[in-house]
Amino acid sequence: MTNMTIAKGINNGLRAAMERDPKVVLMGEDIGKLGGVFRVTEGLQKDFGEERVIDTPLAEAGIVGTAIGLALRGYRPVVEIQFDGFIYPAFDHIISQVAKMRARSLGKVTLPMVIRIPVGGGIGAVEHHSESNEAYFAHTAGLKVVCCSNPEDAYWMIQQAIESDDPVLFYEPKRRYWDKGEVDTDSASRELLRANVVREGTDLTLLAYGPMVKTCLQAAEAAEAEGKSLEVVDLRSLSPLDLDTLKASTEKTGRVVVVHEAPTFLGMGAELAALLQQECFYHLEAPVMRVGGYNLPYPPSKLEEEFLPDLDRVLDTVDRSLAY
Amino acid sequence: MSDNAVAENAADPAANPTHEDEVLAELTAPVPEVGDGGPEMVQLLTPEGQRVDNTEYDEYVKDLSDEDLRGFYRDLVLIRRVDAEATALQRQGELGIWASLLGQEAAQVGSGRAMRPQDYAFPTYREHGVAWCRGVDPLNLLGLFRGVNHGGWDPNEKNFHLYTIVIGAQTLHATGYAMGIQRDGDVGTGEEDRDAAVIAYFGDGATAQGDVNESFVYAAVNNAPVVFFCQNNQWAISEPNERQTRIPLYQRARGFGFPGVRVDGNDVLAVYAVTQQALNAARSGQGPTFIEAYTYRMGAHTTSDDPTKYRVSAEVEVWKHRDPIERLKSYLVHENKADQAFFDQVDAEADELAAHVREGCLSMPDPTGDSMFDHIYVEEHPVVEAERKEFAAYHAGFAEEGGH
Repeated sequence: MTNMTIAKGINNGLRAAMERDPKVVLMGEDIGKLGGVFRVTEGLQKDFGEERVIDTPLAEAGIVGTAIGLALRGYRPVVEIQFDGFIYPAFDHIISQVAKMRARSLGKVTLPMVIRIPVGGGIGAVEHHSESNEAYFAHTAGLKVVCCSNPEDAYWMIQQAIESDDPVLFYEPKRRYWDKGEVDTDSASRELLRANVVREGTDLTLLAYGPMVKTCLQAAEAAEAEGKSLEVVDLRSLSPLDLDTLKASTEKTGRVVVVHEAPTFLGMGAELAALLQQECFYHLEAPVMRVGGYNLPYPPSKLEEEFLPDLDRVLDTVDRSLAY
Repeated sequence: MSDNAVAENAADPAANPTHEDEVLAELTAPVPEVGDGGPEMVQLLTPEGQRVDNTEYDEYVKDLSDEDLRGFYRDLVLIRRVDAEATALQRQGELGIWASLLGQEAAQVGSGRAMRPQDYAFPTYREHGVAWCRGVDPLNLLGLFRGVNHGGWDPNEKNFHLYTIVIGAQTLHATGYAMGIQRDGDVGTGEEDRDAAVIAYFGDGATAQGDVNESFVYAAVNNAPVVFFCQNNQWAISEPNERQTRIPLYQRARGFGFPGVRVDGNDVLAVYAVTQQALNAARSGQGPTFIEAYTYRMGAHTTSDDPTKYRVSAEVEVWKHRDPIERLKSYLVHENKADQAFFDQVDAEADELAAHVREGCLSMPDPTGDSMFDHIYVEEHPVVEAERKEFAAYHAGFAEEGGH
């Protein structure tokens, strides 16, 4: 076991993938000498060279568009989008090309590429640097969307995403980049698309991913002091969902609260609520509830603590569910 | 319309021009100014089929045999025939839509024939002539337009990527592919069968796209072995060149840091020569070139379009005199490089090919319903598989009902 941050977990995971497969190349803005604005790629250009760790021009459509070409040539590009709010110039390539290429070619062409996106708020940033846009991509067939929440998953999930022959959107919880944890670098404890019950409980299930997993764990801790037993499930994969694990937890507790930073309207919580009421109707003691960002543009950072779900808002919703 | 209204209009013919008035107006209208490409344009065959010397480009065609030249002619005629057949199939309801290459045959054949097997082409949805040169069965192009698939060939079999419909997107894919060639070390080795380059095809309208401009930046800074081949057919559906650019397109390349050249896109020899030069440069490690093939879209944008709404027939007439097939035929005849028997034989072959396309189109099987669940992901996907089962069960229900 090694202790490292989430950022270092991804860094080490990238390094391991690059050592294993010479076709893995990294692309992005400032990822070379600088090591990325979050230092996730620190040291990789020095060790693997400029041909494999490519500092790109400052144009996101260009990054993803050329990554598609590299993938067509047999490479496994791992691209970094500097901030969540800068993915949109590349949106067309992701939706119209990355997601559809395999179906378009009747299975003749696959695009094994990973698009890394630091996601979410809580860092006091200016506009466009705090968004949670995972639902756009989870909505799109042909893509896989995953999100890590701790160093161990960061280390293993990035490697599994790179090994996947399907294109993967890889979300990284940017405000948790410097959270530390133990990492077993010998073997992965679960597959990429499996959810993880990170805390067992009996009264209610909290479903979360990325930065909100920690918030939910804190909420569960606080609730325990009040005699409430909350189960916390880290989705890890947003598309596809590990429905078996989610159903098992729902059937066990009978109450579900979904927590994410993204606005609730048509967010991941909407899909989870629909699926779980459909699949577990007779097990539910209360409607599936959601705690998320408000349905408005991400506010100025002085307001983000009030915009983002926190321990108190989670517990408030938990109480309403339990009282149902 | 009331009688009064008719009377009012009769008093003022301009208020309601008749069809005759419209025809008269067009016949008497001044002939529009039609660009001829200007003195910078590379041309080896005049519209009349006269061979003109060009010190820079002659060397790229000097080794062409008479048989090679007849081969160009055959390509041009056959692909035009395929195009006409596809247009007819659309008119008869067998294709949903067709994007005609009429008038652009030389631009496509000249560039397509300049490629080596290891080179790679990234087309738009109009590169039927390039597909032909790469060896893709024209029949395979029809699936997309008939609605049975989104692309009916294996791109890696002939190094001809699937048609890309989003305007300009493929220029970035081409550039990335070229960056892959660099990383494979397949540039500048001097080995004829190894050094490779990419051609990115696009039109004049696409030059306004951000993707195209980004691809120029990426190709330039990476010195990528890619040739940007722009068929300037003068019209982006209804919008003329003036709505896309204020300088000749080939001059844009300079601002991105690589050479740009304008070539007569209706002159197959010149296109072949210019593309050879650009591909050689790319393969040998000298980076990208922008080629503007100055040509004309003789037909509509697609079969859904009506060009009479936005351009005058006099312009089309001017371009008819620059026809790519007629000029090569004149040259072959005057230089005694082909006889009537050859031309007859090509026509017969064109008819056979058209019949092959027609028969193949009519007998093309519709896809089965459950096939839409195929090939979405490499790895088995729970949602796709669940819906595939749901779809099958739903349809099986009808079968059971029918059994009663």
